[in-house]
Amino acid sequence: MTEDDVVAELESGMTIGIGGWGSRRKPMSLVRAIARSELQDLTVVSYAGPDLGLLCATGKVKKAVYAFCSLDSIALEPHFRNARQAGAVETLELDEGLFLLGLQAAAWRVPFLPSRVGLGSFVVDRQPEIKTVVSPYDDGEELVAAPALNLDAALIHMHRGDARGNGMYLNVDPYMDDLVALAAPKTFMSVEQVVPTEELASLGPVQAMKISRLMTHGVVEAPKGAHFTECVPDYGRDEAFQKEYAASAKDPELWAAWKAKYLDCGGHDEYRKVAGL
Amino acid sequence: MSANSFSRADYCVIGVAECFRGDGEIMANPIGTIPAIGGRVARESFEPDLVMTDGEALLVANSVPVSGAVPDKIVEAWNPYRSMFDVVWSGRRHVMMGASQMDRFGNQNFAFIGDPKQPKVQLLGMRGAPGNTVQNVTSYWIPAHSPKVFVEQVSVVSGIGYDRAAELGDWVREHHELRHVVTNLGVLDFGGPDHALRLRSVHPGVTVDEIVSATGFELVVDGDVPETRAPTDAEMEIIERLDPKGVRKAEVPD
Repeated sequence: MTEDDVVAELESGMTIGIGGWGSRRKPMSLVRAIARSELQDLTVVSYAGPDLGLLCATGKVKKAVYAFCSLDSIALEPHFRNARQAGAVETLELDEGLFLLGLQAAAWRVPFLPSRVGLGSFVVDRQPEIKTVVSPYDDGEELVAAPALNLDAALIHMHRGDARGNGMYLNVDPYMDDLVALAAPKTFMSVEQVVPTEELASLGPVQAMKISRLMTHGVVEAPKGAHFTECVPDYGRDEAFQKEYAASAKDPELWAAWKAKYLDCGGHDEYRKVAGL
Repeated sequence: MSANSFSRADYCVIGVAECFRGDGEIMANPIGTIPAIGGRVARESFEPDLVMTDGEALLVANSVPVSGAVPDKIVEAWNPYRSMFDVVWSGRRHVMMGASQMDRFGNQNFAFIGDPKQPKVQLLGMRGAPGNTVQNVTSYWIPAHSPKVFVEQVSVVSGIGYDRAAELGDWVREHHELRHVVTNLGVLDFGGPDHALRLRSVHPGVTVDEIVSATGFELVVDGDVPETRAPTDAEMEIIERLDPKGVRKAEVPD
């Protein structure tokens, strides 16, 4: 598949989960394709970084389901910050752990999972969407019912994969990508490199083969597909590029220039040329 | 060494280290430059069983410095983000977080300020604060103690304080523990009436009046307030080894 083929599978108003964490191993070529598309009114569910920021800056986001939105080396994602301070996006404010439970609940097809996380905080006390449940056992404890984060589609980025949709990560953390994948009926995976299935297991420990074709519905080969986020060991975060991206949030003219150069230039191949990748 | 030879940042490091005294074999997870040094000083001196991360997905037996050359890591275990929740929810962790706002009972906010639909200032979001404060021991690090941080009422509660915990079930009341709040001016704890914030020690060079007036609510002061202790020679060697370039002094200038 190509990035545009993935976009063709999506619809306005969908709830879309995005893998990775902060500014790490984000499926940016797919995110940029959405940013360039006609899609709108999306609910984005993400351990968020520039994926959510870029989609906010391009007006694609109706609602953000998030626990943070960070560029890691730059603590606050400035485009997301702009959108929030302009009142342009609704949010569901979640704790990082409730987020995990929500993905797990969706993956297991249960409506919620119990937890104490969120009790007494804004998450539970001021968001009617988050409800509590009383333990049916002798303790009778009131617990948070972490709601399932049911997705319509999910996007993840892996280091290696095969054409059938098996995927492998080569960095130190799988993040929650397998849960993001399982929480959606349709998951699209971009990979740095597509290899024959018979080679995949030779590229790392079998424990790294976290994504099976049971979880995915399409594969896009996208070398440097996570740029400018971190995708070690293939490449680190492009800090200079990230700084330029962050600086473009300072005023509309800078943003227009960034958008013209890196988004309006075209698809991932054109982007790689412009960005010198 | 005379007291004059230590920087304010060094006292802050010791204030942080002391938060972890008595913790034993749990994960110490101090977030920030001075916290990172302080936690490692605790482990290298008086709490040798503490478990610490490399800031990402590994638990490492040796100290990762905050400036200068990084030695090879002695990896003890793999701890990706998902495993971190197993550690937190099983209660085997003491985290030190930051706060943009905190009230007298330790309700903390670093999520955003103002209307939830259109905040005046978007900050970090909830991160792990709601879960941390009900599932493991929490301390706080405030590098710039001021009435803007220590407020009568926080805009949004991300980490929960003692008054809120008291309204929850028995389990939370039993397990909720906010240990210390270390600031650039002194060390606070929750030993006041109804667990209100109390002044525990002032860093040398800071007066009690100064810290009281830098707090936007009535800070509990019990009798004579001691000074934060100085680093020992051995602790100072650790501090210098972990931060040879002195980046701690950028976080808290003298």
